Amino acid sequence: MAKTLYDKLWEQHVVRVNDDGTALLYIDRHLVHEVTSPQAFEGLRLAGRELWRRESIVAVPDHNVPTTDRDQAIADPVSRLQVETLNDNASDFNLTFFKMNDVRQGIVHVIGPEQGATLPGMTIVCGDSHTSTHGAMGALAFGIGTSQVEHVMATQTLVMQKSKNMRVTIEGSVGAGVTAKDIVLAIIGEIGTAGGTGYTIEFAGQGIRDLSMEGRMTVCNMAIEGGARAGIIAVDEKTIDYFKGRPFAPKGEQWERAVEAWRDLKSDEGAVFDREIVIQGRGIAPQVTWGTSPEMVVPVSDRVPNPAEAGDEVKASGMQKALDYMGLTAGTPIEEIAVDKVFIGSCTNSRIEDLRAAAEVAKGRKVAGNIALAMVVPGSGLVKKQAEEEGLDTVFLEAGFEWREPGCSMCLAMNADRLEPGERCASTSNRNFESRQGLNGRTHLVSPAMAAAAAVTGHFTDVRQLTAQEA
Amino acid sequence: MQAFTQLSGIVAPLDRPNVDTDAIIPKQYLKSIKRTGFGPNLFDDWRYLDAGEPGQDHSQRALNPEFVLNQSRYQDTQILLGRDNFGCGSSREHAVWAFMDYGIRVIIAPSFADIFFNNSFNNGLLPIVLDEATVDGLFDEVEAQPGYQLTVDLEAKCITTPSGREIAFDVDEYRRYRLLNGLDDIGLTLQHADAIKAYEAQRQKTAPWLFS
Repeated sequence: MAKTLYDKLWEQHVVRVNDDGTALLYIDRHLVHEVTSPQAFEGLRLAGRELWRRESIVAVPDHNVPTTDRDQAIADPVSRLQVETLNDNASDFNLTFFKMNDVRQGIVHVIGPEQGATLPGMTIVCGDSHTSTHGAMGALAFGIGTSQVEHVMATQTLVMQKSKNMRVTIEGSVGAGVTAKDIVLAIIGEIGTAGGTGYTIEFAGQGIRDLSMEGRMTVCNMAIEGGARAGIIAVDEKTIDYFKGRPFAPKGEQWERAVEAWRDLKSDEGAVFDREIVIQGRGIAPQVTWGTSPEMVVPVSDRVPNPAEAGDEVKASGMQKALDYMGLTAGTPIEEIAVDKVFIGSCTNSRIEDLRAAAEVAKGRKVAGNIALAMVVPGSGLVKKQAEEEGLDTVFLEAGFEWREPGCSMCLAMNADRLEPGERCASTSNRNFESRQGLNGRTHLVSPAMAAAAAVTGHFTDVRQLTAQEA
Repeated sequence: MQAFTQLSGIVAPLDRPNVDTDAIIPKQYLKSIKRTGFGPNLFDDWRYLDAGEPGQDHSQRALNPEFVLNQSRYQDTQILLGRDNFGCGSSREHAVWAFMDYGIRVIIAPSFADIFFNNSFNNGLLPIVLDEATVDGLFDEVEAQPGYQLTVDLEAKCITTPSGREIAFDVDEYRRYRLLNGLDDIGLTLQHADAIKAYEAQRQKTAPWLFS
């Protein structure tokens, strides 16, 4: 019978099927960061349990790390203790570990693929919902809670119920200036933030195949914002090329064997999906969120929607709450909304391609006078290094952006980078929830190019207008 | 894990969809390396009028009188009534720990986000899915009757309203069994250690690069 990619990945990892239909699923790679692991390590110690397979773990601090003055100790004592606790656990359990000032340190979902520590065909987990990122390489990757982190540490497995299959197809290519971020925001706008609940979403079609691996990671990263724990994309030549020569990737004869197996990591012709969504690529424009949920999104040329036109009382009241929080009036053109801060970074959009796209817009321009802060936070030390080799740091600095050290930063503001109450931010991150980027801060999710366009004009601007001027 | 069998308690209505885990427990409290002590910061941004930081004396902070859990009729809430996509967002189990620490043991909603739903069962918090019309009805009843209580019986998979009406709910059998008995998932899985080892031995032959 024809199988979906998800079916194949699932079947390859079933250790046993329980009487109730749940399965014990084997986990190949376990990524660990400082926020969701201390209680799991403590749980192991209290129960006197060992790690089942130490080699499966790669650990890195990312959420709490400062993006400036990294030669000094972390100023916030609570953050410092959490990072030090990870240092201690990594040392006690002898883990593969990239400490804060290692050039390989970065956001866990950036360094996993970068190191080849996450590979096609793997099951990958992390105590972090954006683990879905790694599905971009044809892996089954999903976020878990701390109890499950401990469970994987102790047993290398999870008790799981298989999800249903959904396929989202982007038919045809997207237009110039439209990026992976716009594609995934458009998808979430279409299916809603709970549209993928209970499903694994396979992203397919020309619009997805056209994307680089970085772009595919952006799409899968936000599968969780559409409710799906896992998003996946079939393996193709781009996937294989991406992993060749990466530090943790197989070598020599092992590489040949792995590639042969990876080539089968796609849905069979005729595989049946429980739900299919088709979106025309040419219909997708650069997107901007206007509310407090990623599904509250419109094309940049549009206006802030009117709750009175929602046609549903519960929905209208939710929209009004969001508008009140965001300090917006229905009917305002998106391009007339001025921003205070710009954040380019996060596990969604901090890879080299993202920085290149933002730099292309920033080049030769200046950050607008009304922008209090425009910051670029590379996803890893290696992304930062590469960007500097390409001169992107100079482009950003000359335009008036700050160029920071790698970490999660203002995506969730666990470190010192945050919005002040009422501040409005054009952000390349993944969540526009209330207070996500700082108490009473207002987040608009956009692509890196759109964030850079907002930085240099001071308000949301269709980046295609800026790039068209150059052409 | 704390077992859950039966509970009768005050119900509070949280009438908004997409309640996310950032709202349930804001990021600054995730810096704790413990599983306990999150109760005073449950819904911190909505519950207090000032900005919350770890280490504050929360009993001295100004409460937001508008927030449902601060209203006198909802003191000692043990059951929360919610809307669609409850618990969406991050995987932070701290959200579930915050409910448990506060004293809420049951959440009833038309739908839950997957990771939150799963985390709940791993900590003795019972998430119950009921259809939208039933949830709408419960919202009406709770708002109409101060002191409104529900009895939730996990053994019988049944909720009883003050008027004696019974509402059946569904729960996965394995999860129910674990919750009723307060059983540790890891201990149960390790009973299959031989099967895990056998899988690894087989997989090492077919995909050796995963083990190098």
